[in-house]
Amino acid sequence: MSEFFTLSVLVATLASGIRLATPYLIAALGETIGQRSGVLNLGVDGVMLLSAFFAYWTVLETKNLWLGVAVGIVVGFVMGIIYGIITVFFHATQGISGIGIFLFGLGFSDLMFQKQVGTPRPIKQLPDVSIPLLADIPHVGEALFQHNLLIYVAFLLVPIVTFMLKRTTFGMNISAVGENPQAADSLGVSVAQTRFTAILIGNTMAGLAGAALTLELGIFQANLTSGLGFIAVALVYFGAWRPVGVMGGALLYGLVGATVVQLKALQVIPRSVSDIASMAPALLTIAALIVLAGRVKAPSALTRPFSRH
Amino acid sequence: MKRLVGAAVPLLAALFAFLFGAIMLLAIGANPWDGLVAIVDGAYGDGDALATTAVKAMPLILVGAGITIAFRASVVNIGGEGQIVAGALLSTVVALALPDLPALILIPMVLLAGLIGGGIAGAVPGALKAYASVNEILSTIMLNLVMVQLMNYLLRGPLIDPIEVERGTRIPQTERLSDNAAMPTLIDGTRLHLGVVIAILAAIIAYIVLWRTPLGFRLRAVGHSPEAARAAGIKVKRHVTYALSISGSLGGLAGALLVFGSEGQRMVTDGSSAGFTGSAGFNGIVAALFGALHPLWTIPSAFLFGGLLTGATNMQRVLQVPAALAVALNGLVVIFVISSDPVRSRIDRFLSSRGELNETLKSEKPVDNQEIDA
Repeated sequence: MSEFFTLSVLVATLASGIRLATPYLIAALGETIGQRSGVLNLGVDGVMLLSAFFAYWTVLETKNLWLGVAVGIVVGFVMGIIYGIITVFFHATQGISGIGIFLFGLGFSDLMFQKQVGTPRPIKQLPDVSIPLLADIPHVGEALFQHNLLIYVAFLLVPIVTFMLKRTTFGMNISAVGENPQAADSLGVSVAQTRFTAILIGNTMAGLAGAALTLELGIFQANLTSGLGFIAVALVYFGAWRPVGVMGGALLYGLVGATVVQLKALQVIPRSVSDIASMAPALLTIAALIVLAGRVKAPSALTRPFSRH
Repeated sequence: MKRLVGAAVPLLAALFAFLFGAIMLLAIGANPWDGLVAIVDGAYGDGDALATTAVKAMPLILVGAGITIAFRASVVNIGGEGQIVAGALLSTVVALALPDLPALILIPMVLLAGLIGGGIAGAVPGALKAYASVNEILSTIMLNLVMVQLMNYLLRGPLIDPIEVERGTRIPQTERLSDNAAMPTLIDGTRLHLGVVIAILAAIIAYIVLWRTPLGFRLRAVGHSPEAARAAGIKVKRHVTYALSISGSLGGLAGALLVFGSEGQRMVTDGSSAGFTGSAGFNGIVAALFGALHPLWTIPSAFLFGGLLTGATNMQRVLQVPAALAVALNGLVVIFVISSDPVRSRIDRFLSSRGELNETLKSEKPVDNQEIDA
């Protein structure tokens, strides 16, 4: 155990924890926006798989990392339009339609991968960008300020989403249609339009999260996310529908994940029980859900379709 | 008229989903007609194909019937994957512990173990929902992730085949389990085994329980309106727990049948849950939805989607189109069918307003199964 508590190992663990937290964070922030408007999107994992594949494929073919990121975002946006139509216009049961999106994403990304790529070939990863001055702070700099651009973007999104939800008219409308759509409607706020926009933003961010994941790993394979998107949905509950809380949850996840990996590498956790250790994130979520249930209030209209009559 | 709409709308929706599937085939440069022929031929072309389809349909019938029961009580069960694994693990342990029991005793015991294993995996999120207001969608999904790791741990460690350790190959699988627990083959030379019959019987029992017993009445009452059920003296929390436990136990039974109906007669993992379950925990949702959340209709529906899985494997062989297409298609079917449901109720309402009030649907849906307590 003592090998773990050396400065270099702790710094490395913190740095990789932040790296691991990023896809969770981006996806969960997007999901927060959607849920605040009253829409549960359980299809995040599927959207991430699709955007991850198309981002990966784009980089494989063009060698252009940022084009890959852009493609990932566009895939998320397109899936947002589809989920918006399903949810807002067809009023489909949200928990189940999300599973449909998940299955579609899981199958289609695998299908395209097998057909267009076949064997996994590594791609360039996003380069790390050192923040001038800050990166030179001993240890702290290495842990916090030597990451790729998307990681900074992810954490910058936290204040941006907070500001948008709290201080802008659009953010107020989101909360209004998520809490009391009838009242919002009678005050002239379009429930359909607000929810559709929230869904679009949320899915676009899931798209970015998928691109961030594949470009961080430099690889794609079937079911690359292995449930990451579902945990992102749970993180929204974990963070009590507030971006800062969601960030806390994502960081906790990243750090727990990184610590488990590190402890395995140092053989503090023997290989034979490493599968048990891998249960930590999911068990942590269940524990958090039990503790938080009843203490934090979900948006009142969450999962309830709205129609005027 | 209402019945006609009730059947036609989901069928039409599925047709749209398959149309989309045809577009996907075109997009990857395959001929959709050839694809359809390969799927139908591979799924229903001859006796062998039919037997394989039936075996693929088996877990879908069970998971689907289980999901139907949960849904009727307004509980969403997305934990099929984990429940299948839980049932499979417990039944495997029983077979490893008591290999010498005669088949007549061992088979019922492993089936019971499957029911209990899956039942526990369902009871946990059920009780958490009922007594701690934990959203069951999230808890069942998280339990899926937990159960996969438990399976990997057990099959790589305590339950691993001693021969694998000796050889140093360490393939994560159990030893060949007692032949006394094996599902008897029904038709020699095919893979059709007793498990398929058990699954169909279980779905019929699920139907009888739901519509012909006091328990089923109470479950449906809770699904219709928890407040009204409470007012009528029904213990709502307990029944929410029952619903998920029963639902889970059917998944667990599927897990036991998957192990003891497998050709290798052992439990194997490739590290993912899909590797063992074939994603039956999710595909069962598709079968249940397409079966209009009715246990009996889930049976033919499962044969359709089991056929899609068998057919897709054939398509991969004939046309080199990856079988993952079936997974994507299943997703599309869910999306289209679930989107068509509100459309159907709107048509229903329109017809009712024109004076067709007298026609009552026998299998009325819970009014607020969209409203999941968060």
